[in-house]
Amino acid sequence: MRKVAFPYMGKSYIAFKNLLTAFGNEVVLPPKPTEETISYGTKYAPEFACYPFKIVLGTFVQVLEAGANTLVSSGGVGPCRAGLYTTLQEKILKDLGYEFEMITLEPPGRHFKDLMQNIKKLVNAPLTFRDYVRIIRFAWRQLVLLDKVEQLSHKVRSLEVKKGAATRAYKECVEMIAAAEKYEDLREIERECELLYDKIEKKDFDPIKIGIVGEIYVLLEPASNLEIEEMLGDLGVYVERSMFLSDYTISNAVMDLFHMAGERDVKKTASPYFKEMCGGHGRESVGNAILFAKMGFDGVIQLSPFTCIPEIVAKSILPKVCRDHGIGFLTISLDEQTGKEGLRTRLEAFVDLLTSKRRKAKSFTVKPQMAKEMA
Amino acid sequence: MKVGIPRALSYYAYYPFFETFFKKLGIEVVVSDESTKEIMDMGIEDTITDACVPLKLFHGHVRNLMNRVDYVFVPRLVSVNREATFCPKFLGLPDMIVCSIPQFKNMLEVRIDLKKSRFELFKICMKLAMTFKKGFFRAYNAYLNACYSLNNYTHQFLQGGIPPLGIVGQKKNNPISLAVLGYPYILYDPYMSLDLIKKLISMGVYVVTPEMISKGEKEKQVGKLKKNLFWTFSNEVIRAAYSLFENRKVDGIIHVTAFGCGPDFIVDKLMEIDAKKHNMPFLTVTIDEHTGQEGLNTRLEAFVDMLKIKKAKKEAALA
Repeated sequence: MRKVAFPYMGKSYIAFKNLLTAFGNEVVLPPKPTEETISYGTKYAPEFACYPFKIVLGTFVQVLEAGANTLVSSGGVGPCRAGLYTTLQEKILKDLGYEFEMITLEPPGRHFKDLMQNIKKLVNAPLTFRDYVRIIRFAWRQLVLLDKVEQLSHKVRSLEVKKGAATRAYKECVEMIAAAEKYEDLREIERECELLYDKIEKKDFDPIKIGIVGEIYVLLEPASNLEIEEMLGDLGVYVERSMFLSDYTISNAVMDLFHMAGERDVKKTASPYFKEMCGGHGRESVGNAILFAKMGFDGVIQLSPFTCIPEIVAKSILPKVCRDHGIGFLTISLDEQTGKEGLRTRLEAFVDLLTSKRRKAKSFTVKPQMAKEMA
Repeated sequence: MKVGIPRALSYYAYYPFFETFFKKLGIEVVVSDESTKEIMDMGIEDTITDACVPLKLFHGHVRNLMNRVDYVFVPRLVSVNREATFCPKFLGLPDMIVCSIPQFKNMLEVRIDLKKSRFELFKICMKLAMTFKKGFFRAYNAYLNACYSLNNYTHQFLQGGIPPLGIVGQKKNNPISLAVLGYPYILYDPYMSLDLIKKLISMGVYVVTPEMISKGEKEKQVGKLKKNLFWTFSNEVIRAAYSLFENRKVDGIIHVTAFGCGPDFIVDKLMEIDAKKHNMPFLTVTIDEHTGQEGLNTRLEAFVDMLKIKKAKKEAALA
């Protein structure tokens, strides 16, 4: 029997686990990345590998120790390095003496046949077409719902009266979603989750708004970004993230199947500054920063793993973009050395700056009006 | 009319082409000064901290040129063949330069994307000639001359010379031969590579670089990897390494890489694992803006000495 494992990325493991179990595999659940995971990763990965590579490699070591014999991960077509990670990880792990099969799911546009063959390897139960529809619909719905409750938690956290209420509600929601068994249950759960967030006591004020852009893995995996959203929320900041897994899957896997570029408007917005696709999420970072500025956000934070090439390109461009649009900009490089308290200090300073900037802007905008009235 | 070409990045791989092309069009070509500490420091001022050294140096060269010429030529290298593209830093190079050097206004940005057809390069050259208001025949002539001079350049490498460093030929009977693998913009810039190649030659080493291995030999190695790398220069390096593992023309391999180079962590690890498998001595030299001469000298001497001892032992055992 196949014992399948996959990289840990946010709460998406809930949906993936259901999907793979329903396809007739035994799933070795990846543990949440901890110090131990990262120490395995940094031990076996090359020095300049980016943080996601190290975390995923560490996770793979842990699941292989736990008895997995098949690893599933995503591929890519470049020029971002992530598309080659499975090739290298397989080589490193085999060099360490582990025995397993690596299944790389490539984007369907250029590797459709390959993808289908790989998916076939993962289906180990007799399933009818209706079963497929049922399973995929359920897993997809779970994924979308998980993203939704996370998004809600970011919105509510900045307004909560009692510290930690939103985080508690979020945890409860995730548990409910994980426990769901049928598609119909999820509809009920969605309503319950919304109710749960509604019940939280909220303050009435206009919080500082910060948009988060950057590389997908460090955006989605709280262990790699030191729970930056929670930290910001506790500082009373409304946080919006540019990327969620379900949207990403639609724009990159489904649209790719029909050879269409996903997130067209983001790319179009970025084009005056960033004319060429350069892989990863470099261009999306720039485009989303502009969109955030247009939506009236106070600042943008860019999260990038250390040595991530597309984000380095974006990082060179973003300061000018943010200056042109008059919003604050902070860039944070993440690797295994980043400490939580250091980050908190930087965030506090950034939020303070944005607050004082807003106050200044307010007193400034009143003046011309007064001048008009007087005239 | 003066066009400036920064002496960095793609310059070392393709400069004969652009230099000849502009010259034959009747445009004066100014190449930026050879890399020095001042140029490096200027580059460091403008770039963000996690950029790699070659990129910082490119910024420095642009600063060195921009007030001396009418246009500074900044290519956006997207692809030169169907199978691979370039490192994202090459793709976003003009965008980055514009944002990091605010006073830089005279950029001649040329997008080079040759994957669509065989005539793409010709079309780009014609368009470039049109912007300078030069006639078709003159441009065509310049294009042919440029192609010829690039061919000549690659041919010189195959003969055992290293033209960018002024090395015409090397003695074949050197006791040790070493492969120095890395990207052309690191290897052939004497300031950045700390004159590594010439130092090795003076130690009595026959040096082989990826450019010295013929295209056909590299293409034989295409199937060795499960998935081709995405970057043209990286493919050259890894294929050169595989062909050297196979035919064992060298006694050891030195991989020269820049600190924080994105693609190289994959290339380096793949080579390291396979070098172990093929029993090939392997040394990685990482270069950044602080690398000291002496540290590198010591490492190179130790590596070469070790290879000499190993070879002598082998020969003694055979005798």
